[in-house]
Amino acid sequence: MAVRAADHPVQTPDAPSVGGRSSIGAVVRELVRFSRRNTLSAIGGFVGVLIICVALAAPLLAPRDPLKADFRRMNKPPDAQSLLGTDQVGRDTLSRVIYGARTSLFVAFSAVILGTTVGSLWGVACGYLRGRFDLYSQRVMEILQAFPDLILAMAISMAIGTGLPAVIFAIAITRIPFGGRVIRSVALSVREMPYVEAGRASGASALRVMIFHVLPQCLAPYLVLATTHLGVAIVIEAALGFLGVGVPPPTPTWGNMLADSITALVPPWWLAFFPGLAITVTVLAFNLLGDGIRDTLDPRLSPAFLRMMAGGRRG
Amino acid sequence: MKKYLARRAVYAAVTLLGVSLSIFVILRVLPGDPLVAILGVEGHARMTPADRVRIMADLGLSDPLPIQYVHWLVDIGAGRLGKSFFRGDTVAELIMHRGPITAEIGVLALVVSWLVGLPVGILSAFKPNSVPDGIARTMSVLFIAIPGFWLGMLIVLALLFWFGYKAPFIIVNMWEDPWQNLQMVIGPAIVLGLAQGAYIARMSRSCLLEVIGEDFVRTARAKGLREGLIVMRHALPNALLPVITISGVLLGFVLGGSVAVETAFGVPGLGRSLVTAVIERDIIVVQNLVLLYAVIFVLVNVLVDLSYAWLDPRIRYS
Repeated sequence: MAVRAADHPVQTPDAPSVGGRSSIGAVVRELVRFSRRNTLSAIGGFVGVLIICVALAAPLLAPRDPLKADFRRMNKPPDAQSLLGTDQVGRDTLSRVIYGARTSLFVAFSAVILGTTVGSLWGVACGYLRGRFDLYSQRVMEILQAFPDLILAMAISMAIGTGLPAVIFAIAITRIPFGGRVIRSVALSVREMPYVEAGRASGASALRVMIFHVLPQCLAPYLVLATTHLGVAIVIEAALGFLGVGVPPPTPTWGNMLADSITALVPPWWLAFFPGLAITVTVLAFNLLGDGIRDTLDPRLSPAFLRMMAGGRRG
Repeated sequence: MKKYLARRAVYAAVTLLGVSLSIFVILRVLPGDPLVAILGVEGHARMTPADRVRIMADLGLSDPLPIQYVHWLVDIGAGRLGKSFFRGDTVAELIMHRGPITAEIGVLALVVSWLVGLPVGILSAFKPNSVPDGIARTMSVLFIAIPGFWLGMLIVLALLFWFGYKAPFIIVNMWEDPWQNLQMVIGPAIVLGLAQGAYIARMSRSCLLEVIGEDFVRTARAKGLREGLIVMRHALPNALLPVITISGVLLGFVLGGSVAVETAFGVPGLGRSLVTAVIERDIIVVQNLVLLYAVIFVLVNVLVDLSYAWLDPRIRYS
């Protein structure tokens, strides 16, 4: 265990600082190497970045106001004037899909960062402190994982109200146990390493050892976790919107648009198709990127290793 | 084995107690006044104080919270699940009436996922990095990314457009009219099953490849067994354990996913009533249905663990 942990690449906070140009060069070289080895992930990453840019630049890219109804152009199929058609009140689907990327990505990113961070810090504390704290925390994580994700998120967002923060909070809670579990196992192995012991021996407090010695080792698995859960978060957000318990309308989100489309007796295909396509492409991009990052950064999160940790076949 | 069983049962019981407590905390403690949650701020303001007190007492919401919690557990033990605030159905009726449809969807989805996922995984592992393997892996990556409820919507739309077909939308039980019933559950089951099948294909491929690299497989190969026999008789049984585990975990996706997929297909299952209850803020229904989903999820994972221990002596005796 300890050996495995020792020989995987570690980001140390005090890495020798390199001059501006050569560090950019190094990043580019690293990216090229990554793309050569994981072509699909590189494509996923590229598409992901593209979608993030679209979300950020939504006001510049959207041809129309996503909230503005136009009663002369209701339920129009895709044509030259509105490339992806219009909905029941004449809002432009393309603009709504572009603005929807904003909401969906904002919710997913916030929820994943919040949930994974809380879970990871908790996991570090569990793995390092062990004992009773760890035992009780593990029970709490088990309880959180006893709920199907979507159902827990629904119940929480119902309890605290359906606004943007409520949805983010609800999705974040469902992400906590994953961070807690994986990072705990990393911390458990890191705490046995000689340099951590040295820190302890030189009289550093538990908090200091955790922050300066254990936490940096958890950065790589943290990144892997966060990327792999982005896709899940996007789907949960969309499902909440689709079921009518997510970010409230008229805010355009992909889920809300799908919900709008099935209120019609015979739903126009373009209203049902494009928002879902946006979800699929985004999730696919982040999943592919996550797979590549996992293979590169952290062999310990490979399926074989996780199975070994779960007590299954030896890896 | 008995000791293992007992320990697993105690853990499950503790988890379920914690689950019920957290549902209670989420739904009763967080929102403040439950009447505001049920009626909305306006509706709440429009009522007279006497009405408020009467309804609170009627719902059993005016007792102190710990007593309410104990009451709830006792009621569940006695089989009284309360009733919907808006519709007057009891929750027990709701579960009896709609539960079978959702259960059928879940079981069928499981069957579909194994029927599709396992053969694909085996084919992939037979010739890794070949063209069929590439196609299988692409498909599984794709089906993991596609949201089930969207795929469901598209299927419903396509059937409606091209064939003018619409599945029956009044509950028909299996024992009444199997054909009508099948038309109702097959769509959601296939959509959910394909997504799970993608995970199963992935998992069984990687496990098989791992096992195929081991010594006893080399021995089998060395003594001249046919490749098919090696995979089916020697490698597969050893690779199945993790696939069974993941199947239990995937049930969480099926349970959660079925809520959205049922809505997409317009199937009046339990998931639909949960969504309706959440939108209407029907606290009693939500709390019991969420508990039911969690209980099923926990129990299935206990079963998976037990089957694991039954299949793998190393776990049983450690």
